[in-house]
Amino acid sequence: MTLFDLGLREIHNRLHAGELSVTELVKDSLQKVEERDGKVKAFLTVDEEGALASAARLDGKLAAGEERGLLFGLPAGIKDNIVTEGLRTTCASQFLRNFDPVYDATVVRKLRAADSVTIGKLNMDEFAMGGSNENSSFYPVRNPWNTDRVPGGSSGGSAAAVAAGEVYFTLGSDTGGSIRQPASYCGVVGLKPTYGLVSRFGLVAFASSLDQIGPVTRTVEDSAYVLQAIAGHDDRDSTSANVDVPDYISALTGDIKGLRIAVPKEYMGEGVDPKVKESVMAAIRQLESLGATWEEVSLPHTEYALAAYYLLSSSEASSNLARFDGVRYGVRAENPENLLDLYLKSRSEGFGDEVKRRIMLGTYALSSGYYDAYYLKAQKVRTLIKQDFDQVFEKFDVIVGPTAPTTAFAIGSQTDDPLTMYLNDILTIPVSLAGVPAISIPCGFEDDMPVGLQIIGKPFDEQTVLRVSHAFEQHTDHHKRRPQI
Amino acid sequence: MSTVQYETVIGLEVHVELHTKTKIFCGCSTEFGAPPNTHTCPVCLGHPGVLPVLNRQAVEYAIKAATALNCQIADISHFDRKNYFYPDSPKAYQISQAARPIGEHGWIDIEVGGRTKRIGITRLHLEEDAGKLTHTGAFGSLVDFNRVGTPLVEIVSEPEISSPEEARAYLEKMRAIMQYCEVSDVKMEEGSLRCDANISIRPQGQQELGTRAELKNMNSFRGVQRGLEYEEIRQAEILDEGGKVVQETRRWDEAKGLTVSMRGKEEAHDYRYFPDPDLVAVEIGEDWKAAILSSIPELPDARRARYSADYGLPAYDAQVITSSKPLADLFEESLKFTDDAKSVSNWIMGDLLGHLNTSGLELNAVPLTGQGLGELVGLIGKGTVSNKIAKTVFKEMLQSGKLPQQIVEEQGLVQISDEGAIKAIVLEVVAANPQSVEDFKAGKDKAIGFLVGQVMKQSKGKANPGLVNKLLMELLKN
Repeated sequence: MTLFDLGLREIHNRLHAGELSVTELVKDSLQKVEERDGKVKAFLTVDEEGALASAARLDGKLAAGEERGLLFGLPAGIKDNIVTEGLRTTCASQFLRNFDPVYDATVVRKLRAADSVTIGKLNMDEFAMGGSNENSSFYPVRNPWNTDRVPGGSSGGSAAAVAAGEVYFTLGSDTGGSIRQPASYCGVVGLKPTYGLVSRFGLVAFASSLDQIGPVTRTVEDSAYVLQAIAGHDDRDSTSANVDVPDYISALTGDIKGLRIAVPKEYMGEGVDPKVKESVMAAIRQLESLGATWEEVSLPHTEYALAAYYLLSSSEASSNLARFDGVRYGVRAENPENLLDLYLKSRSEGFGDEVKRRIMLGTYALSSGYYDAYYLKAQKVRTLIKQDFDQVFEKFDVIVGPTAPTTAFAIGSQTDDPLTMYLNDILTIPVSLAGVPAISIPCGFEDDMPVGLQIIGKPFDEQTVLRVSHAFEQHTDHHKRRPQI
Repeated sequence: MSTVQYETVIGLEVHVELHTKTKIFCGCSTEFGAPPNTHTCPVCLGHPGVLPVLNRQAVEYAIKAATALNCQIADISHFDRKNYFYPDSPKAYQISQAARPIGEHGWIDIEVGGRTKRIGITRLHLEEDAGKLTHTGAFGSLVDFNRVGTPLVEIVSEPEISSPEEARAYLEKMRAIMQYCEVSDVKMEEGSLRCDANISIRPQGQQELGTRAELKNMNSFRGVQRGLEYEEIRQAEILDEGGKVVQETRRWDEAKGLTVSMRGKEEAHDYRYFPDPDLVAVEIGEDWKAAILSSIPELPDARRARYSADYGLPAYDAQVITSSKPLADLFEESLKFTDDAKSVSNWIMGDLLGHLNTSGLELNAVPLTGQGLGELVGLIGKGTVSNKIAKTVFKEMLQSGKLPQQIVEEQGLVQISDEGAIKAIVLEVVAANPQSVEDFKAGKDKAIGFLVGQVMKQSKGKANPGLVNKLLMELLKN
């Protein structure tokens, strides 16, 4: 039992009634990190001093008697690829093991404006490349439901910290499934917003055309509150959409009567664990019982998504990660013979295998003579995949399927086989390529490991995604189960 | 000497820094000459997580420049990343434009040897500048990121330039056009105008192009011409000896007056261009194009024609004056204060350009105003000052920027045209130089010159020389 089990409304009420202080809340969080994170390894940096200082400041505000927002005082964790001024930000890479940013990401500034408290920075796959957290160059995160299993990735720390009750909510980033897949594996709620809804300013870029920051929470309502705080246009991100941010909380009506659900046959086919399918079908029937209708549809280009994704994301990554050259920040190799040697040594020593693999893949795909066959072709595939979604959304409100083909696998079981590892993201990647929003919510357990339900919406229709998820959650108890740590 | 006659084929890549107040993708100042690394921020330093935001003014200037170069302006333009590792490039890629530049298919006219020639412009694209490296030896290499992110346009010519002289004329015309459009300071010495050249030669009449060398580091107009002249001869000597020109990049060494190899073709980069996913395409609507077109001022060619037609300036004078906007502006400003365009032109072509040449100053570093020059010409016309005194006054104007009337009054330089006053001096001089008077009367005409000189000397140069002559002659002939 933690104070977090009270839920954000009760916490809010107690804070304002003077029955609970932010300092108590933050100390509880720090204590849970102390007790549990030795096993879970979700954190790379814990900012105890900063968190307690913030708590004291917020308690002062509370004493002024003004009504505060729902995120007020809530302990939060930030994925370590989101920069925090003066607070170490490593992207779980040796390259940045000594890197203290000089500015805050826009989402960090927004959370500060909402008065949540940053407890620390969360473990991840190095530079967000991976789906198991085994690519962290420091130590792998472990799944709170079974510490021999992976938590998923790349936002494994973000999902595990929430599942383990170490912080109230976290921010992750999703490029091809990096919020949704770990949320699925860890039995929490992970939302990838529409590309452009949340500012990327201050998110260390992996694949700029795909990266999107989103919340990881225990409940859909919490997700709506965090999204409300971080969404919106940012003048410092040219790709951030100039759309009005709707009221996500008011979308949580519980009413999904007449909702039209599409279930892609490609998401329920071969390669998807039958027990996962079963949980997902049960969830669909549950939604049906709440007044929704569903139909099987086809997203015909799904099979090409993985290849297109790895070409595009790696191409962009090869360029985005070029700035890590050992010259200005991060780790510089010692005693280089000359400039080229400085680059070669610093990058050879600084990056892990998976990062190198993707830089090489991307560099190759962009090379003169190969560009048309790889990068350009992949862009065309991306357009076709987007059209698949557009067509389905002409007749349906949401697309529903599993988040991942299986539940969390054993640590070390796939590390020698990158291609099998890549297949874990096969159901989340098409969504990223299309740029549409999607959430993963708990919809059952298989052998005591959580199964995730993915609900995909139209561009900038997070309201519907949240409404459906919330309605489902209201009628199920999966989100109430807690791992024993 | 070889009997083969070669013809030269040159294409120029010109980089022009746009003088926006802030950098192309962040809010840092673009001002030249600040202490190293003071005009920087996380965005232009390429810190992890930063994103570029396009400066609309830079796009506007680029469209303006492209329009003035008679380019077709793209409806949709976008940015690409040019990937390469070098310490002057903090992101290890330059945001540039490959597939869809701002402008294409333009041209400018150049004048060489009294002939006008049209040179095609392949493309004009917008990009960010790199930082500046200083190699110190003992302290290693130092980098200054103040310049990184300064907006640049790269202007690529067709290979239609046939001589180093034409190359220089092209570059001078390019500078003038950018100056007239007020999009850049175009100072080669500060690097706001830079030029690389591709040069090859081929036997006269041959269709196929010869192997080219890319020439870099030419930091003055003269350097461009000299570097290309050197390269023309170097390549001809190789061919004459039966050798083959190697495709490579060469650096012009101004001090030694020769070019040296920097890197060969095999070391050429594969820049792996791809669309920058951090930026959205720039849509250039017809309204925007029209507004920019209407904002383009009268360009050098048009001014030159007008000066010849309206003021009767010689073609050469008109070309020299219009080749620099500040000069042409000074000329026009002067004409608000006098109608004598020819005299104003003479002062500019003679004393002013002479002064700029010897002092090495730019016109904007000299306090001379159009009003000053115009009024000076007026004072000469009215006979208030002699031509000789005017030169003294002009020198003072170049130093202090004072108006000529004030200088004349302060220094008492007004020409003495009072017959009585001059006659008194003449009488004095005649009385003091009886020998010269004798000589004159004996038919030695030269003696009159000496006597005039003495009068001028006594009047401190202020006596009206015509009157002095007249009065002397009257006196001596009586």
